Amino acid sequence: MSSTELTSTELTGAAVEPAETKAASASANAAADSASDVSDISAGLDALETQTVERTPLLRVFTSKVLPPLIAIALVLAVWQFAYSAHLKRPDLLPSPLDVWNSLHDQWLQGTILSVIWTSLSRGVLGFLISVLIGTPIGLLVARVKPVRAAIGPILSGLQSIPSVAWVPAAVIWFGLSNATIYAVVLLGAVPSIANGLVAGVDQVQPIYLRAGRTLGATGLRGIRHVLLPAALPGYVAGLKQGWAFSWRSLMAAELIASSPALGLGLGAQLEFSRENLDMPGVLATIILILLVGIGIELLIFNPIERYVLRTRGLLTARR
Amino acid sequence: MTALLTEATPVVDTAVRLDHVTKSFGRAAAAHVVLDDITLNVAPGEFVCLLGASGCGKSTLLNLVAGLDQPTSGTIDVPGGRAALMFQEHALFPWLTAGQNIELALRLRGVPRGERRAEAQRLLELVRLGGAHGKRVHELSGGMRQRVAMARALAQDAQVLLMDEPFAALDAITRDVLHEELIQIWQETNVSVLFVTHNVREAVRLAQRVVLLSSRPGRIAQEWAIDLPQPRRIESAGVADLAVEITDKLRGEIRRHVQH
Repeated sequence: MSSTELTSTELTGAAVEPAETKAASASANAAADSASDVSDISAGLDALETQTVERTPLLRVFTSKVLPPLIAIALVLAVWQFAYSAHLKRPDLLPSPLDVWNSLHDQWLQGTILSVIWTSLSRGVLGFLISVLIGTPIGLLVARVKPVRAAIGPILSGLQSIPSVAWVPAAVIWFGLSNATIYAVVLLGAVPSIANGLVAGVDQVQPIYLRAGRTLGATGLRGIRHVLLPAALPGYVAGLKQGWAFSWRSLMAAELIASSPALGLGLGAQLEFSRENLDMPGVLATIILILLVGIGIELLIFNPIERYVLRTRGLLTARR
Repeated sequence: MTALLTEATPVVDTAVRLDHVTKSFGRAAAAHVVLDDITLNVAPGEFVCLLGASGCGKSTLLNLVAGLDQPTSGTIDVPGGRAALMFQEHALFPWLTAGQNIELALRLRGVPRGERRAEAQRLLELVRLGGAHGKRVHELSGGMRQRVAMARALAQDAQVLLMDEPFAALDAITRDVLHEELIQIWQETNVSVLFVTHNVREAVRLAQRVVLLSSRPGRIAQEWAIDLPQPRRIESAGVADLAVEITDKLRGEIRRHVQH
């Protein structure tokens, strides 16, 4: 008995006030003594095994996450400026970074830049949301129904390897130069990748969760809602992120080829317009805008969601 | 101190009844018999340990009682409706907090929304984790996870708690503490426990009755009633003496599998 008391006092340490432990030891009631002993010991074990995760200081975040890409961008700009200054190409073929900046600045002053971005972005977001609505049930069916998987599983992954630009001619023939053409291309690009992401997410669900769910009474639709879908969420979010990248790329391909005044001026059409005018600063400026919007959505929307999902499940701390 | 049960005493009131249960996998001639003619009764509030070496079909038997699988022949009766099952892995859902895991079990049982939070808190306090409601699973230690898993199993309000080597993955110190807590919870809730293990001392430490299964196929080899008073200590002489006796018998069962 005395050895147990010693262990309990040692183990609990700072977690439990010594006075409490002493009071418990002094108790004459053997049963109560044993009960409080075991609670002290388990509280001590919990205190010993619980790790506190410290937040990374802001300065370290800056030096490890923010600084490296900034240096990389500065290097690219320096090489570019050097190539321009050394006259490697004619200035109208290779404009300087400043020329491109001025082109962006002019567009800003003309007030067109935001409307051009908005035209493309609204299409991209709407196309992506429709793709989610279509891709999610397809993914669930393929993941959970064996005949469906055997039938369209390979086609679904095969579709992902077709560059979306290949769909543009077909879409133009079907729908003419209309918004329908653009959305068709976006959907054909994004739906397979969202569906495949969900399939991968469901496949990675550990069987023990499904068994545990069944013993708790989560069967059928309740099992899908309370166990399968939440367990598949990390893969699904990764699929959504990839689906957005596919949406955006497909959209640019569609806008670039199927450009018509009736369709309004998006980033892809503006790229084609600048090429027709041999406006190299305008071409590069538009490419930069396409890049910024694509990355911006990923950084501002998908990365925080993905990080939240992984962090709450304890899947992120090990990778820090 | 111990009595050898030669014949299973007829039990009128029962929490789990297995009647000539056989389970085989595969078809016809190639069928592989895992459990052979198991007849076992667990009385309400009784604590029974199923003990056996690898291949004795312990986990298969629990799956059958939990209703996750069907016997090839024989009948299984759980008069209380259904049994709660605890695994060797905690199997807590990592997308929920500790408290939400328990609340989900309550919700699936049909407990109204307004009562779930308080009931989950009561169960967490029962396993001495009153402050862990908002903790994520990965923030808990191995022992804490198994205690939350125990609370989640209790949340099903089943009359029978099936435990499939729930402490096998824990370190010895934590396991010892959890043994004591399990016994206290069992005494407080009066639930029937069917506990599977390959650890003889653990079986003697916990159970009122130890059932030894032979391996390939799993058959009931022998039963021991244990009337050592609780709380027991796993290092005590009484536990050790009986553990020696049961281990000898277990080794005898294993020796039968030597290929000549």
